[in-house]
Amino acid sequence: MRSVNQPVRKKDAMSLVTGQPVYTQDIAPKDCLVVKILRSPYAHALIKEIKTESAMKLSGIECVLTYKDVPDKRFTLAGQTFPEPSPYDRLILDEKVRFIGDAVAIVAGDNEKTVDKALRRIKVKYDILEPILDFRCAKDNEVLIHPEQNWRSLCNVGADNKRNLCASGEEKHGDVDEIIGGCDWIIEQTYHTKANQQVTMETSRTFTYLDETGKLTCVTSTQIPFHVKRILSNALELPESRIRVIKPRIGGGFGAKQTAVTEVYPAIVTVKTGKPALIVYTRRESFIASSPRHENEIKVRIGADKNGIIKGIDMITLSNTGAYGEHGPTTVGLSGHKSLPLYGKVEAYHFRYDVVYTNVMSAGAYRGYGATQGIFALESAVNELAEKMGMDPVQIREINMVREGAVMPAYYGETLNSCALDRCMAKAKEMIGWDEKYPRINLKNGKVRSVGVSMAMQGSGIANVDTAGVLIKVNAAGLYDMKIGATDMGTGCDTILAQIAAECLHCSVDDITVSGVDTDVSPYDSGSYASSTTYVTGNAVVNTCETLVEKIRDKGARQLGCAIEDVEFDGARVYQVDAKESINLKDLTVAVGSDKELSATELFCSPVSPPPFVVGMAEVEIDKETGKIDLIDYVAVVDCGTVINTNLVRLQTEGGIAQGIGMALYEDITYGESGRNFSNSLMQYKIPTRLDVGRIRVGFESSYEPTGPFGAKSIGEVVINTPAPAIANAVFNGVRVKVRELPITAEKIYNGMKQKNI
Amino acid sequence: MIIKLWVNDKKITDEIDGDAILLDFLRDHGCYSVKRGCETSNCGLCTVLMDSKLVLSCSTLVARADGKHVITLEGLQEEAKEFGGFLADQGAEQCGFCSPGLVISVLTMVKELKNPSDREISEYLSGNLCRCSGYMGQLRAIKRYLNQKGAQKNEIS
Ligand code: FES
Ligand code: FES
Repeated sequence: MRSVNQPVRKKDAMSLVTGQPVYTQDIAPKDCLVVKILRSPYAHALIKEIKTESAMKLSGIECVLTYKDVPDKRFTLAGQTFPEPSPYDRLILDEKVRFIGDAVAIVAGDNEKTVDKALRRIKVKYDILEPILDFRCAKDNEVLIHPEQNWRSLCNVGADNKRNLCASGEEKHGDVDEIIGGCDWIIEQTYHTKANQQVTMETSRTFTYLDETGKLTCVTSTQIPFHVKRILSNALELPESRIRVIKPRIGGGFGAKQTAVTEVYPAIVTVKTGKPALIVYTRRESFIASSPRHENEIKVRIGADKNGIIKGIDMITLSNTGAYGEHGPTTVGLSGHKSLPLYGKVEAYHFRYDVVYTNVMSAGAYRGYGATQGIFALESAVNELAEKMGMDPVQIREINMVREGAVMPAYYGETLNSCALDRCMAKAKEMIGWDEKYPRINLKNGKVRSVGVSMAMQGSGIANVDTAGVLIKVNAAGLYDMKIGATDMGTGCDTILAQIAAECLHCSVDDITVSGVDTDVSPYDSGSYASSTTYVTGNAVVNTCETLVEKIRDKGARQLGCAIEDVEFDGARVYQVDAKESINLKDLTVAVGSDKELSATELFCSPVSPPPFVVGMAEVEIDKETGKIDLIDYVAVVDCGTVINTNLVRLQTEGGIAQGIGMALYEDITYGESGRNFSNSLMQYKIPTRLDVGRIRVGFESSYEPTGPFGAKSIGEVVINTPAPAIANAVFNGVRVKVRELPITAEKIYNGMKQKNI
Repeated sequence: MIIKLWVNDKKITDEIDGDAILLDFLRDHGCYSVKRGCETSNCGLCTVLMDSKLVLSCSTLVARADGKHVITLEGLQEEAKEFGGFLADQGAEQCGFCSPGLVISVLTMVKELKNPSDREISEYLSGNLCRCSGYMGQLRAIKRYLNQKGAQKNEIS
């Protein structure tokens, strides 16, 4: 293959590394109004009175908006295909505020200083309500977070605003009580994963203006341009035909921008004033009013027979969606659907869940999307089972892991057509030196070195939902223009999809121009999330290329005066197989007297979502005096099917693991008693620096996914899932302390050791 | 107050507020490579050179740059392309938002550190956060670049 499975440079690489002005704020018109938000100081309150006159009087202030100025029709900010599973529980501004940081008023003015002054001049009186801050107490609490009449749930997800439920449900296969009851070994434990921030280096930001036809144009750092169009239409009660969304280069997504965090604010300002408007979230705002990972408490019960074969798994997930329900009903599903199928010999499972509203910031989508939480719980429980049985945690996985060809009841009944999990395990073992290092090596300086393991899976897009459109046309130069609706957020999909097209069209990647998303111009795509782009949009590229090649051959044959069966296309020209005649693509495109444009467009939606797999192994060093933990080495071996771009896949893996390491060791959104968010800066919420990640080493063991483009599956999310359980396992193997609540801090390790008197 | 400074060797005289921040001033003068990633001097996205020293422009008053020479990536395009090519060859710019701050820091590091170890490189650059890459690809790119410059004889893996 010439273009696929190559380390091709990203098309935008050189402009990014030389600092060109290509991001949202860089290209905003200079005369944009500055938009800022007044935020609630209370976790739960009703606005009794709000006075804006004095703020309005300031010269340079263009508008001050309160709940009285916005449509009273609820919507969701979640970027999901309609009808969204996330409930319609938001207004742009509400009379009721539901977390500290919730929006109370929108101010727009000429410059930042004046807007800041105006914010201070707004006087608000609140009726303070009792907040719900512990998500374990939310369900059926007499305090209701969304009692309003016009709250709506569009899908059958078990939501009930009268019970503080954003979703609730259960699934089962076989009789889990009977199966586990008959098991020789049983583990029953509860695990707690915390809310984490994506911390995209570019915080959320958006500018809006009216174009020459009066259309609301929204340029925004988003993963979901087409959904943003619908969200704005819902929020502003404007027809979608009056809205256009453009995505420039964006500074990181990781799911943070699968929720329309900032778009509605400048949009309503532009609608009200007719003027361009820009909002740029501060880092602080992006910490207190954004869309972090759902906090989960997961109870796991597993049973295994005397040989260690895992026969039954019972999982109960309680998920905290915070003040609003963005991605609540869907993330929780993944905690089961993308952990349980890892174990292929399970005869029965039961998976139950509740997603509850509380008075903390709304959760959202973060890489891994619930799978990360479920995998921490299940993988930790399996490690505890191995320990109880006196088995090597690698061995228990080797005998239980799902294999190619398996039908997976917990994974929508799909058949596993491609799986190299066994090879990933073998390679990871070898790379880290498991047999020499397991369980621990005591060092002379009072420290101990130990290793730990975890497996993980994810999906490749949302089956039967995610839809991608691709349009390719031959331009006058005889090269290709490709339009996609998928959003490159640094992940390189513009390049990866061009590689796939180049492979299909027998040309070089440079011959293909890719235009990013403009909803007025690009074909529809549900967006870049759920690890969908390479697989779903990649398949759309393959199909589009097939159609286009047919058209090229057809037109060529007619120009050459023969039948289509007699010609082939080699990337440069259409030629007669049995004769000398040929016509090159450029001449064909502009051939005089021809009536057919050489372009093709196809949509693709997959009936399946083939899972990629990872085995992660961590080596840590722990100080037995203090509990201080250092990550020494992290090995991940990935099966993402065929690797399309060898560089970008490696980077995705290393980057996802680094984020997973942060989640495992210190990232934690903490709230005070009144609901104040303490994790409101990079001082309080630390992400890994280059001194913290130790060494990350990555290997690949590719299976071939028959339904994927050139055999590819996804890579984006699966890579974040192993660090937390693998590091927890390494801690146990080192100092026999079980940490069941993230993050795994020195303090928890120290306290654990003290209790055990190690 | 009136100040006079050089931005990428161009002399600028301007009237500014006493509390004006260098980062905003530079962006207002067309240096869009300078990014803001925090309000707490933690991220390094805003790194520029002031009289040949790396500073965080987010926590530098414009007044402090009076009479000084400020260089941003706009003024180092050739060098940025050279090292940036190594990043590009690793795919180590993912979203690229951290790239300008990193690139200007690396270009300065090569002048200051002779034959640095991996650890020294990571320490020098520890103030430049990146959320996408996991840092390994950046390190590979930096080592190859140093090697080409003859500034490091380290083994390259
Ligand atoms: S903007 Fe973060 S350190 Fe300057
Ligand atoms: S490449 Fe995105 S933050 Fe570094």
